[in-house]
Amino acid sequence: MDDRGTIERRLLLRAAAAAAALPLAGCDKLSSSDWFRSLLASAEGANLRVQRLLAGRQALAPEYTEAEISPRFRSNGTSEPDDPAYQALARENFASWRLAVDGLVERPTSFSLAELAAMPSRTQITRHDCVEGWSCIGKWTGVRLSALLDTVGLKPNARYIVFHCADSLGGGFEAPASYYESIDLVDAFREQTILAYAMNGAALPIPYGAPLRLRVENQLGYKMAKYVMRVEVVDDLTRIAGGGGGYWEDRGYAWYAGI
Amino acid sequence: MSQDHVDAAAPRRSIYRHALAVRLTHWLNVLSLTLLLMSGLQIFNAHPALYWGDKSDFEHPLLAMTAADAPDGTGIGVTTVLGHEITTTGVLGLSFSANGRPVERGFPSWATIPSYQDLATGRLWHFFFAWLLVLNGAAYLAYALASRHLGRDLLPTRHDLAHIGRSIRDHLRLRFPKGKEAEHYNVLQKLAYLLVIFVLLPLIVLAGLAMSPQIDAGFPVLLDVFGGRQSARTVHFIAAWTLVAFVLVHLVMVLVSGVWNNLRSMITGRYVVEEEEASDGR
Repeated sequence: MDDRGTIERRLLLRAAAAAAALPLAGCDKLSSSDWFRSLLASAEGANLRVQRLLAGRQALAPEYTEAEISPRFRSNGTSEPDDPAYQALARENFASWRLAVDGLVERPTSFSLAELAAMPSRTQITRHDCVEGWSCIGKWTGVRLSALLDTVGLKPNARYIVFHCADSLGGGFEAPASYYESIDLVDAFREQTILAYAMNGAALPIPYGAPLRLRVENQLGYKMAKYVMRVEVVDDLTRIAGGGGGYWEDRGYAWYAGI
Repeated sequence: MSQDHVDAAAPRRSIYRHALAVRLTHWLNVLSLTLLLMSGLQIFNAHPALYWGDKSDFEHPLLAMTAADAPDGTGIGVTTVLGHEITTTGVLGLSFSANGRPVERGFPSWATIPSYQDLATGRLWHFFFAWLLVLNGAAYLAYALASRHLGRDLLPTRHDLAHIGRSIRDHLRLRFPKGKEAEHYNVLQKLAYLLVIFVLLPLIVLAGLAMSPQIDAGFPVLLDVFGGRQSARTVHFIAAWTLVAFVLVHLVMVLVSGVWNNLRSMITGRYVVEEEEASDGR
C-alpha cells in the first residue's frame, strides 16, 4: 500500500465520521433556531395553496360503509375534561349546555343541543387520520357548520372560525392550556364540515368530544376540536392564545393540516 | 485494489461524463433523500406500527416496534413483523440516549431528525425537503428530456439488453468496463437508475400524497391504487427502505469501481477512462 493510498483512506474515514456526526448535532441546532424553522415552514403555505388548487375547494373526503367502521376507535388528546363546570354539565347529560356563537357575526346567539339537532344536518362515515399516522373510521352526525354560520350571519371582515373547547392539555413542565382550533372560511363552508353531536348512531360519547366536536374531513385529527363550548368568528388569529390558531399550532404544528 | 491505482503504462484519457445539471441534481437528491429518510423515521416514531387497508387494526399490525419488560425487569425492544416477535433492544423499539438511559422509541435517536422525539419538527423538515425532492426531480426530468440525456445515456440499447448476462457476470466478479464501454453507463446501471427515477421515486411521492386527507378528497383514485391510506403508509415505508438498499448498492459500486474517479466525475464532471489493453490475440 503506498503512502498516498493510506492517507487518502484515513482522510476518507475521518470525513465519513465527521459527516455522520456533524449533521446530527447540526440538525438539532437548526431545528430549534427561529430562522431555520420559518424557512422550513415556508413549505406549509405551498402545501395549502397547491393542495387546494389540485384537490379543489369543494372536494369531498372519501366516505365508507357501515361495515368499515372501526370496532375500536382510538381516543387521543383529552378523554375526559377535568374542568368542574364541564363535569357538572356532563352529569346532567348536557341538558343546560349551550353553544355560544359570537365574534364577527351579525346576530351573536347561543344554541342548545336540541336547537342544533333541529338545524340542517349531515351524516357521514369518514376516516379520521391522526397526525401520528394511524386511521380509524367512524360515523358522524352533526349540524352543518355552514348552516350555523348562515343563521348567525358573518360580518364582511370574518376570516376564521375559532373553536374554544372545555378541555385543557399540558401539565408537567407546561402549565395546562385550553384546547382550541381554527379553520378558514373555505373549510368552514365545505359540505362535510359539521359540528357532530352523534357518533356511530348514538349520542357523542365523552372520549370523542361530547356534547359537540368539529369534523373537518379534509384535515388531520388535531384540527377536529372536541368539547366545543364556543364558536368565535375572527379576522385575525394572532390575538388568540399563542397566536398560532390552535393548541398544537402554538406548539409547533402546522395550522394547515391537510397533509 | 481499486482501479485508480493503475499501472503508469496503461493508457488513460479523461472524458466529460456528467453534465452540470446532472451533478447538481444528484447532490440535491443526496441532501433531500437523506433528510427525508431521517425526518421520516421521526414521523414514523410517533406511531411505530404499520397496517394494511384503510384503517389501523391496532391489534394486528403488519409491523410494530414496542418496548417490553424482560423477565429480569430490564427493558427490551421488540419488533413484531407479521406476527413474529424479534428482540431488537438498542436499535428498534427501545434504544439508549446519549447518557445511556433506555428510551422507548421506534428508531434510535441517531437515525432521526431531530434526534429527540418531536413530531411537529420532523414534519417541518419532511415537507420542506419533499418539495425540494419533487422540484429537483422535475428539473432533472426536464433536463433529461431536453438534452436527450434520457435517451442517450439511460435507455438501454438492444445490444445492452442482449448482453445483460455478461454484465451480471462482470458485476459479480467486480470487473468493470474499460475503454469505449466505460464511456457509458452499463446496462445494469441503466436499469437501476431507470427503476429509481421512474418507479421508486414516483411511487414514494404518490404514496406520501395518498396519506394526505386533502389529496384523498381530490384524488380518491390514489386510495384505490394503494388499497387504502394505511396501505399507502406501508408502501411509503417499504419504498423508503428500498431506496436505502439502492443507495447502499450504489455506494458499494462507487467504492469498488474507482472511488476517486467516480467522486471526481460527480463533482467536476471529468471521468478517467482506462483503455483496454491492446488486443494481441489473447
